[in-house]
Amino acid sequence: MWLSNSSIGRKVVMSVTGVALILFLTFHMSMNLVALFSEDAYNMVCEFLGANWYALVATVALAALFVIHIIYAFWLTMLNRKARGSERYAVSEKPKTVEWASQNMLVLGLVVILGLVLHFANFWYKMQFAEIIGDHYLGEFGPTDGAAYIAYTFASPVYVILYLVWLVALWFHLTHGFWSAMQTFGWNNKIWFERWKVISNVYATLLVLGFALVVVVYFFKSLCC
Amino acid sequence: MDKNISFTLKIWRQNGPKEKGHFDTFQMKDIPGDTSFLEMLDILNEQLISEGKEPIVFDHDCREGICGMCSLYINGHPHGPATGATTCQIYMRRFHDGDTITVEPWRSAGFPVIKDLMVDRSAYDKIIQAGGYVSVNTGAPQDANAILIPKTAADEAMDAASCIGCGACVAACKNGSAMLFVSAKVSQLALLPQGKPEAARRAKAMLAKMDELGFGNCTNTRACEAECPKCVSISNIARLNREFIKAKLKD
Repeated sequence: MWLSNSSIGRKVVMSVTGVALILFLTFHMSMNLVALFSEDAYNMVCEFLGANWYALVATVALAALFVIHIIYAFWLTMLNRKARGSERYAVSEKPKTVEWASQNMLVLGLVVILGLVLHFANFWYKMQFAEIIGDHYLGEFGPTDGAAYIAYTFASPVYVILYLVWLVALWFHLTHGFWSAMQTFGWNNKIWFERWKVISNVYATLLVLGFALVVVVYFFKSLCC
Repeated sequence: MDKNISFTLKIWRQNGPKEKGHFDTFQMKDIPGDTSFLEMLDILNEQLISEGKEPIVFDHDCREGICGMCSLYINGHPHGPATGATTCQIYMRRFHDGDTITVEPWRSAGFPVIKDLMVDRSAYDKIIQAGGYVSVNTGAPQDANAILIPKTAADEAMDAASCIGCGACVAACKNGSAMLFVSAKVSQLALLPQGKPEAARRAKAMLAKMDELGFGNCTNTRACEAECPKCVSISNIARLNREFIKAKLKD
């Protein structure tokens, strides 16, 4: 199977799962922004995406994307370290055109996973998971009262900082990941290269700002009220 | 005349692929600035020979940036600090009096060290043998104008064909990937009508050989194109990806 036994095939798998995860992030970010306009509307979204069968199917598919992306990331890193050989250069200097993010995607990815674990503990466990096992009082509030959880979590400056660090890591990961995926698909040339880079930077920035906005707004709300 | 400089050389010495290597330090005195880097190493080797010591082994041939034999990882860059130049095209005037210059071989599992600064790059020949050619039936040559080629395609193909196969892309890559080399060799033919009939087979065969020989997976860091002495662009890698994916989807 060329998707596992050729280098380009393995990278195509990384790219397809990566782009799918970017689409998921876009959806998640749009959903979060609803909370800024109307908490009732946000809770309706939470109810809609609870433990219904379609939400569960989507969750399993999403989890599969994550797992494949992560397994391939470790696998590719292992292969690449082997290809690099055991000897390291005594002196090495990074050329100017090489982005820092592009050489640290695994580390950035690990930070994203750590953030994800925290995020699961803060929200998912008390919301969707609580509904799945039928114990509606796992968390402090009802499982569909997402707005209350947002307000509760981001009243704490520690969580605000942790979430913002998480988002910065995600930004670096996406600025490289997005155009890199297009390059791997072969949808690139000298002209599109610059275009994809601009699109990646703008898209990653908007996405991360959307997420950060909810965190920051709720933090300031907690200070005022 | 350039002024003369004195500097310290730290050079990697290694007796064979499996042996443990180490750095040797040499003091170079009053080297003229218009000495090329390889001539400077010649001067050092003359000294070593006259002292009855073993000279340093390094690859070189044409000494005019065409053959792709010279290698050397100088002060953290393949082919040294210049852009768009091979090691043999570097002159000592680039360095300063009192500098320490560190010289290492290409370090990659695909290019094992033969001795000192010389590495085995025959893996590249094997990749070319896997499909980096056009099968030609000999016979009467056809009219030169029978096959028209757009200027832009011809230019792109020539840019790709400027790859000299020196291996700087692998040396620069943190993944030890040979994608820039393979993509240049696939592109120079895929862009031209003569190379099109075999394009799919070529892309599959050359990539399979590259993977088989233990080169890594490209992660688009762009270190290769930054260090390439012939400024080959990673747009060739996109073309290789495209050719390969198209070929696999057709199967």
